[in-house]
Amino acid sequence: MQNFKTSKLETVYCVVVFMRRVAIVGVGMSKFGEHWEKGFRDLIIEAGVQALQDGNLKGEEIDALYGGTMAAGRLIGQEHITALIADYMGLNPIPATRVEAACASGGLALRQGFMAVASGLHDVVVVGGVEKMTDVSTAEVTTALGGAGDQEWELFMGATFPSIYALMARRHMKEYGTSVEQMAAVSVKNHLNAAKNKFAQFQKPVTLEEVLESKEVSSPLKVLDCSPITDGAAVVILASLEKAKKYSDCPIEIIASAQASDTIALHDRKSLTELKATQIAARKAFQQAGVSAKDVDVAEVHDCFTIAEIMAIEDLGFVEKGKGGKATEDGFTALNSDVSVNTSGGLKGCGHPVGATGVKQAVEITWQLRGKAGERQVKNAELGLTHNVGGSGATAVVHLFKKC
Amino acid sequence: MKSGSALTWRLIPNRYRLIGSHCETCKENFFPTRPVCPSCRRKGKMVEKKFKGEGKIYSFTTVQVPPEGFELEAPYVLAIVELSEGPRVTAQVVDCSENDLGFGTPVEMVFRKIQEEGKEGLIHYGFKFKIKK
Repeated sequence: MQNFKTSKLETVYCVVVFMRRVAIVGVGMSKFGEHWEKGFRDLIIEAGVQALQDGNLKGEEIDALYGGTMAAGRLIGQEHITALIADYMGLNPIPATRVEAACASGGLALRQGFMAVASGLHDVVVVGGVEKMTDVSTAEVTTALGGAGDQEWELFMGATFPSIYALMARRHMKEYGTSVEQMAAVSVKNHLNAAKNKFAQFQKPVTLEEVLESKEVSSPLKVLDCSPITDGAAVVILASLEKAKKYSDCPIEIIASAQASDTIALHDRKSLTELKATQIAARKAFQQAGVSAKDVDVAEVHDCFTIAEIMAIEDLGFVEKGKGGKATEDGFTALNSDVSVNTSGGLKGCGHPVGATGVKQAVEITWQLRGKAGERQVKNAELGLTHNVGGSGATAVVHLFKKC
Repeated sequence: MKSGSALTWRLIPNRYRLIGSHCETCKENFFPTRPVCPSCRRKGKMVEKKFKGEGKIYSFTTVQVPPEGFELEAPYVLAIVELSEGPRVTAQVVDCSENDLGFGTPVEMVFRKIQEEGKEGLIHYGFKFKIKK
């Protein structure tokens, strides 16, 4: 350790030596949906208790808490949320840290928890993601979510998140011939998966015609191209691999964690048809794990809008740039196809409580790799991926998982 | 978003007159003003630059579901405009529907009311664009 900074080569060597292996030992999530009867703390505690039971933990083993939430201040008037969660979970006095990166808050909280265990600082940490969105009006939610973009130079001008992704969709259609039917195919697939997931907000499939005929939100995107407003929470408990075996018969190892950033405003990017942050995070994650995109069996990707999933499967390397729409239409990403994408139903079908999404993705992959995903189980799933995006792509985080 | 008058006041040069930055080291232009060149960082030398307000449509959409403060305006056309000096901006395009627009349609800046904060709040002005005849 004393030679840590002597040379770049040595730094890499030291990282390899000192990083501990990290695994998920317990997972839990609330049902996603409109929960008039439940508040912020009810949702996160529900998910937390499930995760503790799942990991057969009492609670006193936990060294630290990381919580992802995007806009609790705007949506429920509550900041300082991780102190509140630790209090209500009975976890005081462990350190509790909030992580915020818009819709990638959950994915980043997972990464903070991973780093805390990998570094050796903590042995067991709990990572939560939560958002309570239905206590305020749709217009207020739209404004709050707008904060994920550039407030002064996008939102001030009248931009909304659907419109920012609509601007990407228009370019993707022009540059690669992507069609509204191909975008609708993402929604159809994800609703079909959601119908097999009892935790999902939407429990019924939709047809291509229903998507195409749904009300326009921001041309060319329609209501059924957009993820919904959702209340929900998800929790995972991480432990060093050594300890993980004590708590779980089937720990799921996090074999890579990578994150990248890009401009806050969409208009400042050279291309509107790719998310550079996703491409970079994915490349780093695959390098860390020594695997490639074609090895992935099951992936939860950030489909806040249908065009976002098309770009995600391209940027992650599942398909060539520009072929995402056609691949989706051809069933390449359907359940038990080449790569099963968004088996939970994704943000579109399962729901998108923004801060919870990145953690929920890890919960779904854990169930898939344990072989406990029921009707939506991917056969022989061995390698899983999660991809969580903040805003229009200013933050992206990619994790890879495998059975121990 | 409700904002204080100081916030509005300090953005007046950018919003009213399209003042941005030019880096004398790499010659790149930026809108709005940036204190640091993201490419050159400490080697960059940023000076003020006024943009002409001419550009072309890079991408566009029609917003049907508006955020707070834009309820009376929807539906409206929103675009990313590529200014002739290079940078791109997000802005509304007025006096047209999206059917009148295409990729590369020439547009010019117009000075317009952007939003008002209720009956007694601030009225915000700034740039929008219209099709250049």
